Amino acid sequence: MNDTLAGWLQITVLIAALALTYRPLGDYMARILSPGRHLAVERGLYRLGGVDPDADQQWGAYLRSVLAFSAVSLLFLYGMQRLQNHLLLSLGFPPVKADQAFNTAASFVTNTNWQSYSGEVTMGHLVQMAGLAVQNFVSAAVGIAVVATLIRGFTRRRTDRVGNFWVDLTRVTVRLLVPMAFVFAVVLVALGAVQNFHGVHEIGTLLGDKQSLTGGPVASQEVIKELGTNGGGFYNANSAHPFENPNGTSNLIEIYLLLAISFSLPRTFGRMVGDHRQGYAILAVMGLIWAVSVALITVNELHSVSSTAGHSAGGMLEGKEQRLGIWASALFAASTTLTSTGAVNSFHDSFSPGGGGMTLFDMMLGEIAPGGTGSGLYGILILAIVAVFVAGLMVGRTPEYLGKKLGSREMKFASLYILATPAVVLIGTGAAMSLRGERASMLNPGPHGFSEVLYAFTSAANNNGSAFAGLGVNTEWYNTALGLAMLFGRFLPIVFVLALAGSLARQQPVPVTAGTLPTHRPQFVGLLTGVIVIVVGLTYFPALALGPLAEGLH
Amino acid sequence: MSPLISRAAASQPAASRSARASLADPKQLLVSMPDALRKLDPRVMVKNPVMFVVEVGAVLTTGSAIANPSVFAWVITVWLWLTVVFANLAEAVAEGRGKAQAETLRRTRTETVARRLADWRRGDTELREEAVPAANLRLGDHVLVEAGQIIPGDGDVVEGIASVDESAITGESAPVIRESGGDRSAVTGGTKVLSDRVVVRITSKPGETFIDRMIALVEGAARQKTPNEIALNILLASLTVVFLLAVVTLQPMAIYAGAEQSLVVLVALVVALIPTTIGALLSAIGIAGMDRLVQRNVLAMSGRAVEAAGDVNTLLLDKTGTITLGNRQAAEFLPAGGVDLARLADAAQLASLADETPEGRSIVVLAKDAYGLRGRELGGGAEFVPFTAQSRMSGVDLVEGDGGRRELRKGAASAVLAWIRDNGGQPAQEVEPVVDAVAAGGGTPLVVGEVVRRAGRSTATVLGVVHLKDVVKAGMRERFDELRAMGIRTVMITGDNPLTARAIAEEAGVDDFLAEATPEDKMALIKREQAGGKLVAMTGDGTNDAPALAQADVGVAMNTGTSAAKEAGNMVDLDSNPTKLIEIVEIGKQLLITRGALTTFSIANDVAKYFAIIPAMFAIAYPGLDKLNVMGLHSPTSAIASAIIFNALIIVVLIPLALRGVRYRPASAAQLLGRNIRLYGIGGLVLPFVGIKLIDLVVQFVPGLR
Repeated sequence: MNDTLAGWLQITVLIAALALTYRPLGDYMARILSPGRHLAVERGLYRLGGVDPDADQQWGAYLRSVLAFSAVSLLFLYGMQRLQNHLLLSLGFPPVKADQAFNTAASFVTNTNWQSYSGEVTMGHLVQMAGLAVQNFVSAAVGIAVVATLIRGFTRRRTDRVGNFWVDLTRVTVRLLVPMAFVFAVVLVALGAVQNFHGVHEIGTLLGDKQSLTGGPVASQEVIKELGTNGGGFYNANSAHPFENPNGTSNLIEIYLLLAISFSLPRTFGRMVGDHRQGYAILAVMGLIWAVSVALITVNELHSVSSTAGHSAGGMLEGKEQRLGIWASALFAASTTLTSTGAVNSFHDSFSPGGGGMTLFDMMLGEIAPGGTGSGLYGILILAIVAVFVAGLMVGRTPEYLGKKLGSREMKFASLYILATPAVVLIGTGAAMSLRGERASMLNPGPHGFSEVLYAFTSAANNNGSAFAGLGVNTEWYNTALGLAMLFGRFLPIVFVLALAGSLARQQPVPVTAGTLPTHRPQFVGLLTGVIVIVVGLTYFPALALGPLAEGLH
Repeated sequence: MSPLISRAAASQPAASRSARASLADPKQLLVSMPDALRKLDPRVMVKNPVMFVVEVGAVLTTGSAIANPSVFAWVITVWLWLTVVFANLAEAVAEGRGKAQAETLRRTRTETVARRLADWRRGDTELREEAVPAANLRLGDHVLVEAGQIIPGDGDVVEGIASVDESAITGESAPVIRESGGDRSAVTGGTKVLSDRVVVRITSKPGETFIDRMIALVEGAARQKTPNEIALNILLASLTVVFLLAVVTLQPMAIYAGAEQSLVVLVALVVALIPTTIGALLSAIGIAGMDRLVQRNVLAMSGRAVEAAGDVNTLLLDKTGTITLGNRQAAEFLPAGGVDLARLADAAQLASLADETPEGRSIVVLAKDAYGLRGRELGGGAEFVPFTAQSRMSGVDLVEGDGGRRELRKGAASAVLAWIRDNGGQPAQEVEPVVDAVAAGGGTPLVVGEVVRRAGRSTATVLGVVHLKDVVKAGMRERFDELRAMGIRTVMITGDNPLTARAIAEEAGVDDFLAEATPEDKMALIKREQAGGKLVAMTGDGTNDAPALAQADVGVAMNTGTSAAKEAGNMVDLDSNPTKLIEIVEIGKQLLITRGALTTFSIANDVAKYFAIIPAMFAIAYPGLDKLNVMGLHSPTSAIASAIIFNALIIVVLIPLALRGVRYRPASAAQLLGRNIRLYGIGGLVLPFVGIKLIDLVVQFVPGLR
């Protein structure tokens, strides 16, 4: 089969699979997030934690629960890494350094999965399974829980209650993530992914060299890495490693998994607010941005050939797996940077300036098309609020979205939200570039080296976790700075989303009339897309100009 | 502009017309310049975060230009200062227009000496009078005002009746009657009693009279930021911080790229990016919105009310005076069996010739218009029979040429039919059903009868029925259709019975009606609508309207109304024209649209500025970036200067738009949005490319910028 046909086929199958599961998965999540009976295992967990599952929390209490849960997770992960030599299945690895342990703990708690370490030579099996993989589940669940409160903010009226964090967390984990992960782990194992408790194997290569291969519970971690838009690979090579991602089929399944929940959440949103058209409008914006990004990266990688080797190979193949090819790599790259996954099956550092710049821009969009589990939807809803605010004024009414007025309180939280992540990215990058020592971490000179730093902070603050590579980040400074960037980039927005949810839930909804700005039409889809691209473009244009643009324009 | 607004504009009093004329007057810019410069005080500027950043930037570049003088540094510095000044100018011009009006008002508030009555009781014949300055009057004092004197303070007439000249406030020169009791008892300080004398109980505290409040309002002294303005300010402030961060962190990146930027360039980039256009014009838009209401003789007690007007979902409109003309009018003649139509028309006209009531005149007019009967002078011997409450009919007695008498009567059906029967006539069978049909259709039937007395014999005949109906004002149906398209429901309030109310409601095209309405019904209706999250607007004038006016989100009190009503509402219409409610809604919408449009424009402008400034900053370090110089600007310095000059000039160019408000045509939200995005979004994207290029074509010849 020729590459082009295979490429189109993959995209078609992927879109068909996403379309097929949009309704059932979205509706199922809506049911999970709506009141209903508790399962026996859930009741057990609630009793264990001393939680009254039928008592809803105010937004402040909900936030405290999120923060407390995350803080405990952070300490637990940090402790596990620091003490891993005393743990079972440590494979003889020493304790992780303090700064790296902090960075890794922050990374997995924030659903970022930035990895300044190589998994197979740093982490024992227990840390990977009971520490990192557990966070892969619950950090994804936290995102979905938080977006649930925002949706409830729109649907509830005159109440100060936005839901119960412990119930949301438990239900999403127990009813959604664990069963789906189990099913697809079996599928991946069937396709050839590794799942065992082996240690390091020494093998001799054909050229007579020695190679160390670490086995381990890879498939189980691989699935939730994609499904929960985490991205932290068992191996350093991530999804480019054949043990994680054995072939084209598994590659396609992994792309599907990292998109499935986030692309179905608009359905959940539409169902919960009682108007599926609202969900479709959001889905359309996500889909549009995703499609354009996939197209631009694919075209760039196919056509911008910088070497004679590239010419003979038919495109930019450096840093890509020959067995997966350009189309599958571009599709993966766009999907992983547009969700907060950050898993990679190819190295973005080696992409053409256009393609690599696009992966950077994808993250700068704020992980919203479709974004991380939950965080993607709340991110795009905040941007929708900003778009509705400006556009709503232009129809001559105090702006309202889904019947809730956008007054000064609502705009305060929405404004802080859109301010938070760029602030972390820009301050982090600016600081790194002002410090001589940290500049030395760049492995490439000129604009490409700058892109590496910009990419690192963009990835950390947006909780993506993919790396441009080419930057030595396992230094005390980068581990600490990027760890903080991840924490701020994750929890500041969550604070503002929850506050906004609380403020919306308190309102009495305004009835819809002909004078109300319709938010389900193509007009709104275009408007929201425009607002997203322009606001993001304006924020990062100077930085992009000095990185990918300077590199790409000759 | 809608026809109603232009009609209102045409009927404006002289004072506000002169203020309006100054809108496009460049002189106004000069006059306001001192105010604009005074506003450069950082303590004032800090209230406007966007422009405060520009001012701080201007201070920084001034320092830099002094330390390292260059043509470029000074050009940027001067234009940054101009940017701030232009922003202040916009606000000063907006306030200046109010000041002119305030001056006119102040002149009327002459120092009045009040004739206070000590311990006044109703019916007192012996008045103990003392002269006190009007400013010393307290709540509840009683004062005596006689013909030719100025009423010293706001109050209610508690004794007497007088004609009052209120032109000082309303601009309307025709005097109005004010009398004790009822709904026409309120008088305003500063107006003049023209005849008779009244005792007034003062209802306002000193310094808080209607005129005081009016002056404060038009001057903008009492202006507080409205909720939506605050929300927008927050968004603008956060965008400002984002851009500030983007530029501050750019420097280390630029140093790495080997393209360290001067302070002047960095400040220029910040100013070009932060939303200065809307930041500069935001408060002017708000002041001008209030001002547009004042020009239509509506006083809004708060900006919040003006914004709420834009959001109104339900309009409660009084039938009489708002939807229908005040009086019923003859609509058609319905002859009885065997009677010629012309004969009925002729008889009806004759019977009405001497009838000066609006209904009577309308019959004469209808007969003339529809049947070509000209009004005639009644010959000698004709005797007018006036309407009395007992007879319930009126008409005329004519002496015929042959000595006979012809008596014509029109009036209530039962009265005229009884009169015919008394004179031996037998009304035709079909008259009564016609009468019922007219009544059922919401009209008022007048029966016309004739008795001819000749030689001792009399013949009595019922000639037919005149259909009087409430006449819906021209254009109301279209108006309500527009409102419906805007998503506003109209409810007609009337004291009529449900049958009549339904007929008129259907004819006028209102969405709903409330018949036989009592104040309690009104109140209940408002609460019901509000419970569903709707915002309600209404007008009212009577004391019994006061609770409903207070409950409504937008309550417009008529100036002719009681002080209780005026206190309860959040707007007062000096013209007492209930139809104005619709205009108020439009002004509210226009205010919000103007804000949104200029915000969109301001943000869209940034794209072009980037394309001007970024290549100018970095094309030396990375020559490839010169491809971003799509405008082909002459040199880095000319490009940056052009962007900054454009940024400043666009403020001045948009001042008239900010003051006038963007054009508003009633339409659905989707249509409005589409139109405004095309105009201000796409327009805002494209225009600066053209503008900056044009400026660059000029400034490239400035020595030192090339």
